[in-house]
Amino acid sequence: MHLSDLDRSFLAGEAGPAARFAMELLVRFAAAVGAPALLDITRAHVDGCLHHGAVSLDFVEHLVAGRGRVRVPTTLNVGSMDLIHPELVRMEEPARSAGRRLMEAHLALGCEPSFTCAPYQTRFRPRFGEQIAWGESNAIVFANAVIGARTNRYGDFIDLCCALTGRAPAFGLHLDANRRGEVLFRLEGFPASLAATDSLFVAVGHIVGTRAGGRVPVIEGLPPPHGEDQLKALGAVAASVGAVALFHAVGITPEAPTLADALGHRRPAATIAIGPAELRQALAALSTVPAGTPITAVSLGTPHFSLAEFHRLIPLLAGFRPAPGVELYVSTGRETLVALAAAGLDRALERAGVTLVADTCTYVTAVLRRLDGVVMTNSGKWAHYAPGNLGLAGVAFGELEDCIASAAAGRVVRSSPW
Amino acid sequence: MVSLAARTLAEGEAQGRLLVLDTPLSFWGGLDPTTGRVIDRSHPACGRSLAGRILVMASGRGSSSSSSVLAEAIRRGTAPAGIVLAEPDPIVAVGALVAHRLYRLACPVVVVADLAPLREGGTARITAPAGAPARIELTGSTDEPERSSPAVS
Repeated sequence: MHLSDLDRSFLAGEAGPAARFAMELLVRFAAAVGAPALLDITRAHVDGCLHHGAVSLDFVEHLVAGRGRVRVPTTLNVGSMDLIHPELVRMEEPARSAGRRLMEAHLALGCEPSFTCAPYQTRFRPRFGEQIAWGESNAIVFANAVIGARTNRYGDFIDLCCALTGRAPAFGLHLDANRRGEVLFRLEGFPASLAATDSLFVAVGHIVGTRAGGRVPVIEGLPPPHGEDQLKALGAVAASVGAVALFHAVGITPEAPTLADALGHRRPAATIAIGPAELRQALAALSTVPAGTPITAVSLGTPHFSLAEFHRLIPLLAGFRPAPGVELYVSTGRETLVALAAAGLDRALERAGVTLVADTCTYVTAVLRRLDGVVMTNSGKWAHYAPGNLGLAGVAFGELEDCIASAAAGRVVRSSPW
Repeated sequence: MVSLAARTLAEGEAQGRLLVLDTPLSFWGGLDPTTGRVIDRSHPACGRSLAGRILVMASGRGSSSSSSVLAEAIRRGTAPAGIVLAEPDPIVAVGALVAHRLYRLACPVVVVADLAPLREGGTARITAPAGAPARIELTGSTDEPERSSPAVS
């Protein structure tokens, strides 16, 4: 493997024991993936604030003790605690303190206290073409697909090693040759006026994630989205049910102005048709209960709600009251919370019966008042993970408007054409 | 004794009974690090303990959180004694490397070209020095007749 002078100086311990450890681990990782060298990165996003046992904290505290310091702007993914509203998290000691300590240990390394799974909707958003090292599957796919920044699927330990050295292995999606689309998903059999609903984007993401395998998918025939949050929802579910790290949507995402560009001017290895039947099937897979089922909560904001999404939600809350026994949660990042507060909107949302959750997410830690009920969500990712993580009795996926109508009615209400 | 050439992903020495998985296992969601047992209900080995065994599988699978789960299992003493793969897997390697560094507990991870000589029920010894080729010696007989595997020594 070719190592730069800087890489060698890290290995020689010239930047301290933590940087040396990080570079040693990075070189071993690079060797395992067959990378011939490392390359410079401009930012990192670290998914290290969720506890997987004592090793999570031991690792970060080892780096802190070794005088570790991040060398590029580094955002942090969600943790298991809401440090802004700690009373919301139903976690006992010592897990509670351990969760907080893990989040704080990362700050001692110079990471930003972003605690969000949507770092691409903060001031740390990368630009087109930037080489970055990001963890968190939905952030990875958004950065690659929607922005055109370049990252592989980094995670556990390695994302932080990249941050501490400013280097990443030169392989995979960092390189032009591996970014071209390989399998074509073509929407067929729909009316020309196919509406750009959230359900459409989530269903397409589910199908692409299930069927793309390790290949880069190209999607042809999507209507123009109403905003990037629909692409965020598509990528999040695709990266949850599968291993998608990059997709191209023809005419929509930056590396796919045309189908030929998306495919790198080659033939696709396979073409898969998506018709109305496939969409219905994908959506059915995201709900375990039928319309009319009583619910105990609605959870929005997976990935973290953007300001634009709040501006879509707020008009729906005019005259809204949740049905007795039904909670309405919205998970979001601190930066969005600050923007809401500056406009006085946080109080207005709380008065309307919304519980705002920051720094964490309702499917990774115990926030929901009842973990044994049926919950409705507008997130394909939440619908995929929450039943298993939390032990819910059931989950129902639906449009944002249907989620609010359901919270008011106390049961699953559906108006979606799918 | 059959001896196989291997590549070191994480160094160490280990000896144990072989446990061969035909289906790759994701440690995250698939292994309970408090017990060392397979907990993925869709996996054919669900319920079996990996603790102290030489785990043989073609590749790793799934979430990068598998690194943490493996490292935590090594810390707790519930992990496999060593792991043999057919394809290099950075996520498995990183889990073992982190545990080795933090706790000085080795779980060698090596890659061999052909897993066929590694049969369930046999025993093996992995010798995987840092920065040098690794070796797997099949130390115990299996119920199977001897195969004409290419021996490397």
